Amino acid sequence: MAVNPVSRRELFKRAAVGAIAGAAVAHTALAEATAPVRKHHWGMVIDTRRCVGCEACVIACKIENKTPPGVFYTIVTKEPLPGSTTDKPVFMTKPCFHCEKPPCIPVCPVNATFKRKTDGIVVVDYDRCIGCRYCVAACPYGARFADFGDEYDLLPMAGEPVSPEYKQYRPRVPGQSPIGNVRKCQFCLHLQDEQGEYDREAGRWPACAKTCPGHAIIFGDLDDPESEVSTILRERNAVRIKEELGTEPSVYYLL
Amino acid sequence: MLKRAFWVVGILGLIPFVWAVYVRFFVHPDASNLGSVVPWGLHVAQYIYFVGLSAGSFLLSSLVYVFGMKRFEPIGRLAVFTAIVTLLLALMTIGLDIGHIERFWHVFVFVNPTSPMAWMIWLYTIYMTLLVAEFWFLMRTDLVIAAGMPGWRGRVSRLLSLGGRDASEARGAQDLRVVRVLATIGVPLAIMFHGGVGALFGVLASRPFWHSGMFPIIFLVSALASGGALLVVASAIFQEGWKAHRAMILDLGKIVLGLLLLDILFQISETLIGLYGSDPGFLQSFDLVVSGPTWYIFWIVQIGVGFIVPVLLLASPLRRDPRAVIVGCGAVVIGFIGVRLNIIIPGLSPEEIRGITDAVSDPRISSLYFPSAWEWILSFGIAAVGAVIFGLGEIFLPLSRHLPRPAGQD
Repeated sequence: MAVNPVSRRELFKRAAVGAIAGAAVAHTALAEATAPVRKHHWGMVIDTRRCVGCEACVIACKIENKTPPGVFYTIVTKEPLPGSTTDKPVFMTKPCFHCEKPPCIPVCPVNATFKRKTDGIVVVDYDRCIGCRYCVAACPYGARFADFGDEYDLLPMAGEPVSPEYKQYRPRVPGQSPIGNVRKCQFCLHLQDEQGEYDREAGRWPACAKTCPGHAIIFGDLDDPESEVSTILRERNAVRIKEELGTEPSVYYLL
Repeated sequence: MLKRAFWVVGILGLIPFVWAVYVRFFVHPDASNLGSVVPWGLHVAQYIYFVGLSAGSFLLSSLVYVFGMKRFEPIGRLAVFTAIVTLLLALMTIGLDIGHIERFWHVFVFVNPTSPMAWMIWLYTIYMTLLVAEFWFLMRTDLVIAAGMPGWRGRVSRLLSLGGRDASEARGAQDLRVVRVLATIGVPLAIMFHGGVGALFGVLASRPFWHSGMFPIIFLVSALASGGALLVVASAIFQEGWKAHRAMILDLGKIVLGLLLLDILFQISETLIGLYGSDPGFLQSFDLVVSGPTWYIFWIVQIGVGFIVPVLLLASPLRRDPRAVIVGCGAVVIGFIGVRLNIIIPGLSPEEIRGITDAVSDPRISSLYFPSAWEWILSFGIAAVGAVIFGLGEIFLPLSRHLPRPAGQD
């Protein structure tokens, strides 16, 4: 049986292709082996029937994160349901939904916003963000806010506001981050301990959920079948907003 | 006369501009009226307006340098120069808009291949480099000749010619071969780059007014229409003026009319499909365009100035008068400002979730956006910078003709 002769050039070519393919496989394997393991899937169930519309969550969030004017990590909308026969509003507190497939992340030109591998919280790297606000336009839920550098007029009397966000404790200095950046709810992750765990008993719990007087904001690990959020999701009919966009939010609503 | 008006506008615009830039970077980081519902406004609209002019005039210059249409030779170099200047203005505008311009290099280091914005920046970096190289090769012979002139003009030309001495025919022909290669690479690059700008908006499923496959195509056609119109106006004002380029201006007028009608066709298609889809976000944006607080941008600037006037002038028997063609094209250039504003602002205005603008009382959480005085000053200032750069180009660069070679050479 005749064997086709292989030229030296062809041999090199095949070797090169083989090497590249090998490197690609090795790279993927290495990335998989070294990727941090998903420990939690933090999420919320918000019971609109328990919400009285007091907006304590909005205030608690402002105080916890020391957000400037124009930046609200959670707000409470007060609209009647579409098709409702009365004008009775449904109160809906609306933090970032920390989507499993967040549309804000692929659009970032500098990879400054990403979903944490260990617990699924969507965060912004203030030192990397260039402030283009593309993610603000891309978020279908209005969960992202640009910090334009505004200040509360009376705040200086209460001392310099230093936000504990991301455990970075940044003072507000004009021209320096987070001024000029995009900011968002990060489930108060600065309250996590070194292992990335929250502790409700110790008060290390997202400020809005901790404050809510009607216990309408229920926070917990969606991956833990014993958690309060998982139990509620099993027992009751929860909805997610704009499900048709395929974003898979981690925040559910009970209507 | 027109040239003098240009200079006056340029200088007058620059003074408040310098003040506003000082305020922007040193006093209040952002005195704009933007917010978190409408995070992009006047400056982003101005940015896509200028990049459109740049891509459009560059693509039209390829008629000369790639497709060899000798008729348009006199605007070839002017077109490439316009492409460079308008891109520069676009970059200045966006530099004033984003929060941390000093970190622009992050886009080359922290690579994200899924971001249309990152692609746009990478592509226009290559595009800008290519434009400057092409323009230098186009101007080289003339710069070498002008380097022999006395005074400022000679000095600047010596600097710009990078010490070249060879002004021979043979070297000129060699330059043109390089130009042809660069221009040929530039065509797909400009299409990708400006199509990418359209895609930047088109990919956002969160904004129904933008989320359409037509968007990149509309951006390309409107770039060509507005860029062509700007070239007519520029070639009428600068260098020898409109009398010298009569036939060419009439031809360009026909091209602009064709492109304008194609653009309208695409816009109608996009709008009708959107209206039939009845997405509430789309309907709300459309309502804001035609009957919102800035209805006049649509009815007067876009439809009146940007469509009816040019079609009347460019399609009627008046089209045989170059002055009418120039006015018609000037109207197109102005009309497209309205087109750009009405893409950006109404596209962002609808609330993502009903009730968020009523949930808190804050001027930054509002569907209504109108540029602040400070934003207007910066915008006009950037246009003034453009006027001054064009004026300097007029003085130092022979754009529409070649300088006579001095005796004794070649």
